[in-house]
Amino acid sequence: MSYTSTLGGERHRFDSLARLLAAASPERSGDHLAGLAATSARQRVAARWALAEVPLTTFLTEPLIPYESDDVTRLILDTHDTAAFAPVAGLTVGEFREWLLTADSPALTAVAPGLTPEMVAAVSKLMGNADLVAVARKVRVVTGFRSTIGLPGRLATRLQPNHPTDDPAGVAAALLDGLLLGSGDAVIGINPATDSPKAVRELLELLDGVIRRYAIPTQSCVLCHVTTSVDLMERGAPVDLVFQSIAGTQAANASFGVTLGLLDEAYEAALKLERGTVGRNVMYFETGQGAALSADAHHGVDQQTVEARAYAVARRYDPLLVNTVVGFIGPEYLYDGRQILRAALEDHFCGKLLGLPMGLDICYTNHADADDDDVATMLTMLGVAGASFVICTPGGDDIMLNYQSASYHDALYLREVLGLRPAPEFEAWLESMGLLDERGGIREVGSHALTAIGKELAA
Amino acid sequence: MSEVTLDNDELWISLRRHTQARIGLGRSGSALPTRHRLELQTAHAAARDAVHSPFEPDTVAAGLAGMATVRVRSAAGDRLTYLQRPDLGRRLDPTDRAHLPTGEWDVAFVVADGLSSRAVHEHAAAVVRETAALLAGWRIAPVVLAEQARVALGDDVGAAMGAEMVVVLVGERPGMSAADSLGAYLTYRPVPGVTTDADRNCLSNIRPPSGLSYEGAAVKLAGLMGRGRELGVTGVGLKDESDHGDVSGRLL
Repeated sequence: MSYTSTLGGERHRFDSLARLLAAASPERSGDHLAGLAATSARQRVAARWALAEVPLTTFLTEPLIPYESDDVTRLILDTHDTAAFAPVAGLTVGEFREWLLTADSPALTAVAPGLTPEMVAAVSKLMGNADLVAVARKVRVVTGFRSTIGLPGRLATRLQPNHPTDDPAGVAAALLDGLLLGSGDAVIGINPATDSPKAVRELLELLDGVIRRYAIPTQSCVLCHVTTSVDLMERGAPVDLVFQSIAGTQAANASFGVTLGLLDEAYEAALKLERGTVGRNVMYFETGQGAALSADAHHGVDQQTVEARAYAVARRYDPLLVNTVVGFIGPEYLYDGRQILRAALEDHFCGKLLGLPMGLDICYTNHADADDDDVATMLTMLGVAGASFVICTPGGDDIMLNYQSASYHDALYLREVLGLRPAPEFEAWLESMGLLDERGGIREVGSHALTAIGKELAA
Repeated sequence: MSEVTLDNDELWISLRRHTQARIGLGRSGSALPTRHRLELQTAHAAARDAVHSPFEPDTVAAGLAGMATVRVRSAAGDRLTYLQRPDLGRRLDPTDRAHLPTGEWDVAFVVADGLSSRAVHEHAAAVVRETAALLAGWRIAPVVLAEQARVALGDDVGAAMGAEMVVVLVGERPGMSAADSLGAYLTYRPVPGVTTDADRNCLSNIRPPSGLSYEGAAVKLAGLMGRGRELGVTGVGLKDESDHGDVSGRLL
């Protein structure tokens, strides 16, 4: 089916729903790379006029990627909740934007199972950055393992103590630094230098030891391939959360070595361990615009829409955490701070609307046109938008992955200016450790009982 | 002044021996002390400059001490295009392809600016010289100096020159702690558009004195080349002896 609109006397035609969505997307380098971007500013706006008229039901009858050849499409359509969809079933994309802006929090929560990734991606293309903040802010998704993530007025952080050779003393030093700065309530998560089960297990045991010894109400994760986690769980390693990078098409997931069947297996295995105390959300997913294009597996679907489809995969497993690693891949997908900010707001909005506990790795590489001011801008907007958590690294400089993310200091800033607090269990722990000051902020300490973590391993 | 300076605390001094991570930086309110904010900006500036510094083929040629060289450009005409269009950075400019000499060569070295021409200027010539010195009896093609080039440009070069094996030395994506890191990619009988990254062996972080030394890189590379030629394969079929890890758990 084709779509048309007339703008200033000029007639624009879009040959398919996928072409229409791509042309309506805000400009980004990845869509140009894929040959999908609007060819002019006029064409982009014309696509938005046409998109505004498309009924939401069209997305249920006109799959962007064929049902027969893609298991993510099948997942989306087979699990669609018609009853939940009812309040918006008669709306066009343009009317849906206005419905979202006026709906209250319970209505947004109730409609989530009735929405598909394509619907939320489509409506995001008609929204300004402020719209994306205003709507996402109203959506609360609360999950739990040993800490509760996503409550109003709270912001959790992932403490990321990476080390280029997984040196235990180096990891412990960075871990101590993060804890003393009040970080780690979302997860203490390491990107290991290798995916070898032995190396991953050593890191898991290091983290588990610290968490148990100091009774920290948080969870650990060593971000290895899902098959490695399954293997380690079978051998009794202390796995809290199962991690996996996922994407929005079957072929892109295949490039990560992942199938829905593998994820099902890992999910069941992790649930059986019963390691959580306040909740049973056991999965941790990472996504990011550009992954499907980078794997040559986007099927002519624009970068943002295919990213939103990854959230349908995540939604199947009631994850504790989902984060978009928004600026990680490089400028061929998101060119500069402006494009990275827009993508961050879109991803957070789409994930939240689909019912996911969305956090972000607010980050950039050195070949993108971005700097620490862009991180500050993104942090502030995502904090206002109600992001569940952000990823933090020492000084914002990840020495293992060679990119820049937010720092522990950045999280302190965000909590301070927006009056946000850590997860309640973690906040109580900080209090018990003498790390909270009288205003609820993180006390500045020189020496502390926790420093034993570093001293022993560094000895 | 509420700043607590952890910098010189004995504990942090001892912990910093174990990691280059920016730990124990102290605070001014919630923010970084001025010195650390400026240090981060200094490191970022070095990384940005590394990305945008123009490639100087003369510098590399001068370091090659008598080895013949030939200069090419990719199909990405400038840096902005290069950063946004990886597909163009993998293809030779058609005119330059036509100028490449052909021959019965066992190996062609390609020095590609990649994302850090600084890494290439500082390290590439030495790696080529030290490796070539270990390749007794190999017929070595003129060294190709390639501008606005990504790793897979070597496939195009190897195919155009008729070289059996291609070694691409490329400036790696600069991090804030390392803006001058060189990578080496080895490919046996590359075919543009058919060869994939799974067909290559990689040595990364060549960056003495902090990273891999020239001699260490040359020994590993020459070893891989010898065994790759015997087996008739590179990539997953040839054991990578690099001790540098991958990041396969992570979105790439």
